Amino acid sequence: MMSARLTTGQTAEIPGPRKAFLIPKPEVAASMINRARRVLLVVGSEAMRVKTKDGDMIDTAMRLARSGRITVAATGHLLGEFRRRGAKGAHGISLMELGDRLRDPDWGGLDGGGPYDLVVFMGLPYYMEWLVLSGLKNFAPSLRTISLDNTYHPNAGWSLGYSPQQDWIEILDRIVSNVEEVG
Amino acid sequence: MAKRDLSLKIGEFVSSLGTFKDVEIQVGRILEEWEEALGPTPFPEIATLREWDHKLLSRYKPFYMPFCDLCCLCTFGKCDLTGDKRGACGITMAGQQSRIVLLACCIGASAHTEHARKMLNHLIEEYGRDTPLDVALNTNVEAPHVRLVCGIRPRTLRDLDDALTYVEGQLVQLLASTHTGQEGSNIDYESKVFHAGMLDHVAMEIADIAQISVLGFPKGEPEAPLADLGFGAIDPSKPVILVIGHEVLPSIEIVDYLMEHGLFGDVEVGGLCCTAHDTTRYNKSARIIGPISWELRFIRSGIPDVIVIDKQCIRTDVLLEAEKIMAPLIATSEMSCQGLPDLTQEDPERIVEDLVGGRLPGALILDPKKVGEVAVKVAMKIAPKRANFKALLPEDVRALAQRCRRCGECVRACPNNLPIPDAMNEAKTGDLTLLSTLYDVCVGCGRCESACPEDLPIISMINASSSKRISEERFKVRVGRGAIQDVEIREVGRAIVFGEIPGVLALVGCANYPEGGADVSKIAEEFLKRRFIVVASGCAAMAIAMTKDEEGLSLYERYPGVFDAGGLVNVGSCVSNAHITGAAIKIANIFAKRPLRANYEEIADYIYNRVGAVGVAWGAMSQKAASIAAGCWRLGIPVIVGPHGSKYRRMLLGRKEREEDWMVYDARTGERVYVGPAPEHLFYAAETVEEAMVAIAKLTMRPNDTSKGRAVKLSHYIDLYQRYYGGLPEDLHLYVRSSADIPFTMRDQVVAALEKAGWVEGKIASPDPTLLERLVRRRQ
Repeated sequence: MMSARLTTGQTAEIPGPRKAFLIPKPEVAASMINRARRVLLVVGSEAMRVKTKDGDMIDTAMRLARSGRITVAATGHLLGEFRRRGAKGAHGISLMELGDRLRDPDWGGLDGGGPYDLVVFMGLPYYMEWLVLSGLKNFAPSLRTISLDNTYHPNAGWSLGYSPQQDWIEILDRIVSNVEEVG
Repeated sequence: MAKRDLSLKIGEFVSSLGTFKDVEIQVGRILEEWEEALGPTPFPEIATLREWDHKLLSRYKPFYMPFCDLCCLCTFGKCDLTGDKRGACGITMAGQQSRIVLLACCIGASAHTEHARKMLNHLIEEYGRDTPLDVALNTNVEAPHVRLVCGIRPRTLRDLDDALTYVEGQLVQLLASTHTGQEGSNIDYESKVFHAGMLDHVAMEIADIAQISVLGFPKGEPEAPLADLGFGAIDPSKPVILVIGHEVLPSIEIVDYLMEHGLFGDVEVGGLCCTAHDTTRYNKSARIIGPISWELRFIRSGIPDVIVIDKQCIRTDVLLEAEKIMAPLIATSEMSCQGLPDLTQEDPERIVEDLVGGRLPGALILDPKKVGEVAVKVAMKIAPKRANFKALLPEDVRALAQRCRRCGECVRACPNNLPIPDAMNEAKTGDLTLLSTLYDVCVGCGRCESACPEDLPIISMINASSSKRISEERFKVRVGRGAIQDVEIREVGRAIVFGEIPGVLALVGCANYPEGGADVSKIAEEFLKRRFIVVASGCAAMAIAMTKDEEGLSLYERYPGVFDAGGLVNVGSCVSNAHITGAAIKIANIFAKRPLRANYEEIADYIYNRVGAVGVAWGAMSQKAASIAAGCWRLGIPVIVGPHGSKYRRMLLGRKEREEDWMVYDARTGERVYVGPAPEHLFYAAETVEEAMVAIAKLTMRPNDTSKGRAVKLSHYIDLYQRYYGGLPEDLHLYVRSSADIPFTMRDQVVAALEKAGWVEGKIASPDPTLLERLVRRRQ
């Protein structure tokens, strides 16, 4: 974790005046998730291509969701993959629609349970996540956002940095394990 | 009223003041009556259609995703606009984002308008102002946009000039509104965006109907000829002239020079981007090499002997690339001079000598006719000298790959994060398989090379690894046919409006694809099989051609070019996009008999509520694509872009769960009724091609669908959703108005889903829908 760097996923993505705090260790991210009242985990279409300790990022998302305190939003057409793997609780929504609703403090959420106070992003095309996080940074000021991808997302509230792949796999696993322990 | 100048042209006039030659005097204007009454909004100003725009924007609210948190347009700045901060001028982040969107659309619309102006002036000069317009067979409504927006019925090139002058004036006003200290409302900026889009479609229409009328392009013929596309369509043993850009005049002069001198079979003329489309519309024996993203890869192949550029979407480093392969560059437009000396007035033979002898790397020649002569002579003289030029060979790749440090900078520079270091790693062992697979998904931008600390020619290495396959690529594309005939509109208008033809899908735009152009072809084939009308233009029309079935046939060879269910219509180049929206306008006018002349709101209201058209710009890249989309929005036509389209930084999204957003007037009674979220969005970026396909099917639904039509549309939506998402759509209950809407073959599962959602029959109305209160015929 010490080697995590503030390296953005694409060279031209220059942070603005307000940029994400670097998550210093997995326990910090886990603690934010554990302390949140309503957590939404947004999983994007790249998730199947990203290997993790659980298999791929979809498996890791399903593991997080089993803690019972996290709602999963599958963007793109990823819901089909969640369903094929037997994850019944995932909700499908396009990333643009989701971003639009998350800026609305009166939105009732995907399950009607009320607005979310923490949104965790992973597995999206880098530039799409960057843009939606920018929309939320500017137009949903009270919403907390975290990016768990293996890259720095300056528009998130908190972001992992870039780490060697095996290190990142360990970091992600420690975050999920910590949430499981508390959950 | 159509306006006509009375002009007097005098060859030579001798007076006490001196002798004047070629004097043209315009005296007053003759007003010409037209049987159709003038509508409420001729030559609309910026605010004329504001109320209509605000109606749409109250449903489809902008969702901004700033690319940059700053404004740096004036010297007060930089201003940090993050969150709720304001700039020194008082602007908000939302205001600034909408301002940037307007700037982009002004750029796009200006590019088409400049193109139209150049084309129109040239044709008037060459053929005369009174040259009649002859746009399409079996067609009276020759210019739906000009008629709708300006309220004039153009009969000659001169008439188009009035409309274009109006567009130019409005664009200046729109641009002025982006100055510091002007508009303070983001919604009013968005209305101006719509205005820019509307103007853009007028300009595109003018450019295309002028060139169709005069240059002998196909006149709306469904069975326009097939042309060759691909690297393999070019015979590299002959001298090769590569034309790049969007304005066809220089290319036509090249073709004419070859024909006049009996050289056409001796020299290859191939094009990239829309100039290629329009050259084949002029002469089907010209070749289309490919979309704009192939520019680097084709130049690097070393095949072109001379490169001729005109305007728009040309690489600005084209001169450097041309020099690398020792091919002279001829620039032909003030839009893109490339620092070259202006030799327009020079003797052609001397220009040829200087270019062939290597004394000049290129020349600016602003006379298309001279371009024709010079390009051909240079190509023929220089080709033997370049015969020994060799592009990078597959056997060279291994040695180059050894220099790769796996630093990953190429991946971070790549728009699609392609695994270039992994491919280089394999290439180090002599295995070029992975490098070769990148060929299909690379957008050819070359940013990887700029980022590489070892200056590896990555694009050339990808080319070399695929060289054999590339040289054999040859596809058939239907030549751009131009407008949709009035008679075709009469045939299909009813089926489209009542929903029995499930939709009109327009595949348009550039080649900035997330995973290659094959996705566009995949979308086209899916919806052709579903009996949609599929219309295409520009680079998207090329991508559709670039897959073959087992028998080696492209989609253009397998589907007819007719504007009817299951038809695949290539309208042509960028400016031909006006015919796609023009077809929607003509449905309202010809089929539904709605007055067209200067009657924008009513026609747009008709299209929005009744015509199930959806635009998809899967590889949208340019500002022109933005303004084309904006013209669709004002007409109520939703547009889907690919993931890179999210970088337009603003979506126009509906909220389907808010019933109050989806109320319309029933024109029969004046009652306000709920019609459901159809169409749900006006502008929307899809993350995957599968998501886009489901969205296409959904966005074709309109309040006016008959039950039969809605059932057909729902069956496509449900079927595609089941295929890609599994299960039934969760919003099904928002689109089923009565049990008669339920697709027969899906009845049991749909009924079960509706019961679970608490659906109530009849809650969603099927009125004679309109957003315009003035169109209510009788009050209850």
